[in-house]
Amino acid sequence: MPKRTKLGVSAVKHLAWLTRIELTDKEAKEVSKQLSRILAYFSKIDEVDTSGVEPLYHPLEMWNVARSDESEPFLADDILKIVPSKKGRYVKAPRIA
Amino acid sequence: MTSIDLRSAKRLVEAIRLEELSAVEVVEASLRRIEEVNKDINAFITVNAQQALAAAEKLDEKLKRGEIVGPLCGLPIAVKDVISTAGLETTCGSKILKGYIPPYDATVVARLKEAGAIIVGKTNTDEFAMGSTTEFSAFGPTRNPVDRSRVAGGSSGGSGAAVAAGMVPLALGSDTGGSVRCPAAFCGVVGLKPTYGSVSRYGLISYANSLEQIGPIAANVDDCALLYRCISGWDPMDSTSYRTQLKEEACVKDGAKIAVPREFFSGGVEDVVAKRVWLGVEALRERGYVAEEVSLRSLEYALPAYYIIAMAEASSNLARFDGIRYGLFLKSGYRDWNTYFSKCRAEGFGPEVKRRVMLGAYILSAGYYGAYYLKAQKIRSLLKTEFQQIFSRYDLIVGPTMPTTPFKIGEKVEDPLLMYLIDINTVPPNLTGHPAISVPVHREGELPVGLQLIAPYFCEERLFQAAKMVEECLRG
Repeated sequence: MPKRTKLGVSAVKHLAWLTRIELTDKEAKEVSKQLSRILAYFSKIDEVDTSGVEPLYHPLEMWNVARSDESEPFLADDILKIVPSKKGRYVKAPRIA
Repeated sequence: MTSIDLRSAKRLVEAIRLEELSAVEVVEASLRRIEEVNKDINAFITVNAQQALAAAEKLDEKLKRGEIVGPLCGLPIAVKDVISTAGLETTCGSKILKGYIPPYDATVVARLKEAGAIIVGKTNTDEFAMGSTTEFSAFGPTRNPVDRSRVAGGSSGGSGAAVAAGMVPLALGSDTGGSVRCPAAFCGVVGLKPTYGSVSRYGLISYANSLEQIGPIAANVDDCALLYRCISGWDPMDSTSYRTQLKEEACVKDGAKIAVPREFFSGGVEDVVAKRVWLGVEALRERGYVAEEVSLRSLEYALPAYYIIAMAEASSNLARFDGIRYGLFLKSGYRDWNTYFSKCRAEGFGPEVKRRVMLGAYILSAGYYGAYYLKAQKIRSLLKTEFQQIFSRYDLIVGPTMPTTPFKIGEKVEDPLLMYLIDINTVPPNLTGHPAISVPVHREGELPVGLQLIAPYFCEERLFQAAKMVEECLRG
């Protein structure tokens, strides 16, 4: 798919929905201008020839780290203390429509 | 004692150990100074006066009993508000975490406490560390102690300003694309971004995991090194922390070679910045270092690659803030999950965080992943190769930390792209994982300028050695 350097208001509204950030129409218009400008700057990377280059996802070599399967103390009660709305030991959340 | 100079950690620890000063006196002096100037500078989001004094009293009792105390014994320290502190509010400079009290300490915080340091407060930051001036904090901008009409740098601006204003001798920041080095440069203090994996990130509230490290800020190189040695080392709670660290062989002898990439001086670098940094290079030459100009061709591509990767990681990391489990909670009773979630995040996040989360989601979307995210990671690979090539011939890389001196508050805040561009010299070590330090090179009374030194992996000691020479020659 070819790259776009312009994000229109409806594209921004879709992104806002995907990331669950409500935007007013006025905000969407402003964000559309800002993000388009940033994207246009990002297309600078197209100038670089990266054929045959492996991506580097992490700065240093990484390997899987596993620990022995033993239970360790867990702060469940302390964590529940900071939940703003709950019922007993359950977190209360809105309905998933 | 009428006034206690809080600008040397080393001297303060000595005085406390010799019982010339008590920990309580030192912490009181720090709290007094905060009381005096913080209203104006806005370096702290939370001041931890009561707990700090209680901890200092305990420490003094220990000292009286002759018990062993750590290397940071009695030192007041400020911790950036993106680092978890048990029982002490941690907001990330965001409304969405207002009132959030972490149930546990970050590993670095636990290590500070073990070493005898006393946490006097949590410092101001751009929201979730996304910014270069601390103007994107929900708690207002931090002002530069050198000139209060100017920015303190960011995102660890609170930590930089707290040290520069003499409120604390030491502070912790976090550095994702320059966030420790930028405020260090702008406030005229010393700041280190350690090698990726040398300091535990456990308890650091993530913005971009593959880029960020917690780093020390101090008024001088020795104190910065002292704090780094206390917080670094393997941590089983962070799977990206390293077991083997090659600190010992790090220092270099006379005749060490320094690479000066000419790209670090191109474009928008202010004359006064270039001039002062070259004087720093000259100082190293006088001490026997050999400095040569080199080329760092991928530098101009490092910045867009950095922002693409940082936004992608941010978009994924910040998905966890839902206003349901902790922090901000809307009482108005939206019954539907998606509506509640969207309203909460609209209210809780500031404009820069929203931009990065949305653009990050776009960059990671199926159709554009290859063109942005993958491409950026390939450029990251090229940059690392280029750094490795330079380090096969040179011991250090040097250049200006920031292209400019600190500018006026409000000058760039309306233009996100303009703000990103000032990170041009600081982002490369985050992409490659190399350690980098900023040390002041400006003349007393002028606006601060920082010189950046970059070293091979785990050669922090080499940075301290060279930075100290610059400090002695130019700040003596």
